[in-house]
Amino acid sequence: MKIEVHLWSGLRTLTDGLEKVEVEASNTGELLDALAKDYPALVPVIEAGVSIAIDGRIIATGLMEPLRPDQEIYLMQRLKGG
Amino acid sequence: MALDDRKDTDFKFVGTRPDRPDGHDKVTGKARFGADAHAPGMLHGAIVRSPHAHARILRIDTTKAEALDGVKAVVTRADFAHGLSGEFGFVLENVMAGDKALYDGHAVAAIAASSALIARDAAKLVKVDYEILPHVTDVDAAMAESAPILNSSYADASVPEGLHPNVVRYHESGHGDVDAGFAKADLIIEDSFKTEATHQGYIEPHACLATLGSDGKGELWCTTQGHWIAQKTCAALVGIDTSQLRVTASEIGGGFGGKTTVFVEPVALALSRKANRPVKIVMNRSEVFRATGPTSSTSMDVKIGMTKDGTITAAQGTFRLQGGAFPGAPMEFSAMCAFAPYALDNVQQIGYDVISNRPKQAAYRAPGAPMASFAVESVIDELCKKLGLDPIEVRLKNASREGTKASYGPRFQRIGLVETLEAAKSHPHYSAPLKPGQGRGVSCGFWFNHGGETSVSLALSEDGTCQISVGTPDIGGSRASMALMAAEVLGIDYENFRVTVADTATLGYNDVSHGSRVTYASGLATIKAAKDAVNKLCKRAAAKWGIPEDAVYWEDGCAKPSGANAGNFDPIPLAEITKNMGSTGGPISGHFEATPEGAGVSFGTHIVDAEVDPETGKTAVVRYTVIQDAGKAIHPTYVEGQFQGGAAQGIGWALNEEYIYGEDGRLQNSIFLDYRVPVASDLPMIDTVIVEVPNPGHPYGVRGVGETGIVPPLAAIANAVSAAAGVRLRHLPMSPPRILRALKAQTRED
Repeated sequence: MKIEVHLWSGLRTLTDGLEKVEVEASNTGELLDALAKDYPALVPVIEAGVSIAIDGRIIATGLMEPLRPDQEIYLMQRLKGG
Repeated sequence: MALDDRKDTDFKFVGTRPDRPDGHDKVTGKARFGADAHAPGMLHGAIVRSPHAHARILRIDTTKAEALDGVKAVVTRADFAHGLSGEFGFVLENVMAGDKALYDGHAVAAIAASSALIARDAAKLVKVDYEILPHVTDVDAAMAESAPILNSSYADASVPEGLHPNVVRYHESGHGDVDAGFAKADLIIEDSFKTEATHQGYIEPHACLATLGSDGKGELWCTTQGHWIAQKTCAALVGIDTSQLRVTASEIGGGFGGKTTVFVEPVALALSRKANRPVKIVMNRSEVFRATGPTSSTSMDVKIGMTKDGTITAAQGTFRLQGGAFPGAPMEFSAMCAFAPYALDNVQQIGYDVISNRPKQAAYRAPGAPMASFAVESVIDELCKKLGLDPIEVRLKNASREGTKASYGPRFQRIGLVETLEAAKSHPHYSAPLKPGQGRGVSCGFWFNHGGETSVSLALSEDGTCQISVGTPDIGGSRASMALMAAEVLGIDYENFRVTVADTATLGYNDVSHGSRVTYASGLATIKAAKDAVNKLCKRAAAKWGIPEDAVYWEDGCAKPSGANAGNFDPIPLAEITKNMGSTGGPISGHFEATPEGAGVSFGTHIVDAEVDPETGKTAVVRYTVIQDAGKAIHPTYVEGQFQGGAAQGIGWALNEEYIYGEDGRLQNSIFLDYRVPVASDLPMIDTVIVEVPNPGHPYGVRGVGETGIVPPLAAIANAVSAAAGVRLRHLPMSPPRILRALKAQTRED
């Protein structure tokens, strides 16, 4: 299914100027795979670590979180702490 | 992670304040910290460090050192793994220099000898030929066109063209149209700020005892916030299989993020392998300052527009962080946290990660957020002053709430910022009169919090007591919190539990004790493991009664039939079931392993009163109140301690602590006499208010509390000091000389 993903604006140089893209995915792992396939310039960013927010709930690392088209999805930089 | 179906509000154990289980050992000196380990035949390690900020290593001659009686091994970079890349590559380069020494204190060789004295003497005999290179330690200077290049290959794809190679990562985020937003403002303030690097200041220096044989099997005892990451990193750096290295975490004398990586541990392992003897390394304080991970220093620009009624129309921030000689300065967190407390239609934040000739920065409580908060909250304070508005009312007017689109993108779930502001507004501190020469400051702060990989095992004993094994080192009272949560599930008293921080060979992987995650994630896992054990207890009772398992439930520490249809049986207490468990099906344990993804973000609001002596520039913090959303305080005394600790560290960071580098690029103040952390006489009683807005991602509503408490202090104190001094302070720390300079400059302007 088509999932709309919001990117942080600093990534637009890697996505032909887009800050919002659509990819085919049913979970968070597929979403990252699809982003890497459709926008290869994002691969180093994804490999460096990203988190995904689903309707405000931040998924720090999980690749199996199910997604629905009506959810608000944000790609975020990988969370860590001290 | 599916959320728990039960949201408890009526607790028997959670929320009480029992004695801490580690208290007796710690006050009687029995607790074993990093330097307290010994082994037969143990050697002592010492590290040779660069005296230069930036230098090519031409030759290392260890001949004289090796000839010294008592020296058993010498290692250099050649004795570590080859071909590492990414973060492991950076950590190795930091732990032991390769071609270049990149900062004053960078390790270039190490010695193992039969005594610590001989090891130190031998280190002095290692002759290193250097070609001294130009250096840079200031973040703005490191970005300038003329700055010396540390490494031209570190910049990643995010960095826009045309920037200096020392800019290695770039972040930009936000939403709306800031130009349009600024056009709607009645007043716009744009200002620049700087903060100096500070150290976490943990009292216990890094220390370890390592054994590594030629068979590739090793043992490591060390002071760490995460022994699984220490295991993984050390194994990679010395080139052995991860599972062949067993790591045990000692008691820890503070970490605050600084013990989330390794420094001496792989060096001790490499020395041990070469000497075929156990090797102990204990850093001295100077080494801790020079060669472990302080926080980033920063240079920041913030612009905020506001209408006369206090509505923020637009906000923009640029956050430049130097993170030492390697990529990793937490500029993205500065950017993402900076404006998070506020509901903004138009916001833009930019971050630069800049390398310089300083030690590799490490995490320090809410990495990157306190500095950004200092800049943003200072500008908001100035706007309130100029527009004649109450600082708490303005923050309430603009506060992020459930459903607000965060400055970093997604919409907030249930959050408690407004509750902290309301509590601040009604707190007696906020309305208390100030004496002449005093000023009051307010600030909000935000931090994300984290889940992370977590494993917990819980084993019942025949006498009805319980052992819990967790994998997160206890840096903030987690053993007490785990016992309280397990007591809540099992329905037996707190005193029946012993909680142990297990080693890497006896439990599944655990992420580091960081990200304010332990009470949240290990707590969630402990609750689930206890429920797993309860299910097994109910099963034993069902078998005894000859009824279906689902006809038994657990309450008040007993198995009970679920109703009249299930049968008329007397409740069976836990100890009755465990007494014969060996002969009724075997030992009863509970387990849980997962990566919980429901860590709720948290907010805090601080109120500070400060008094400035205009003759000496000395600041006294005379009253301090911390108000923070804990979700649910499992052990309120520990939560209050985290709040107070954040304020105390923030007072040091704001007023006195700083890394001071000389023109030669060498650290000038690498001992506590010259690097001034606050002592008890510098601190007022720090009052605390625990706000509880439950986190929907935890069965009991827990949010992490360890980091948010250090986000508001820099700004709250700066706002108080600026009010007291009558001049805006834009550079931390606000040490007496800096305050005097600001006062003089103000006088000249007047």
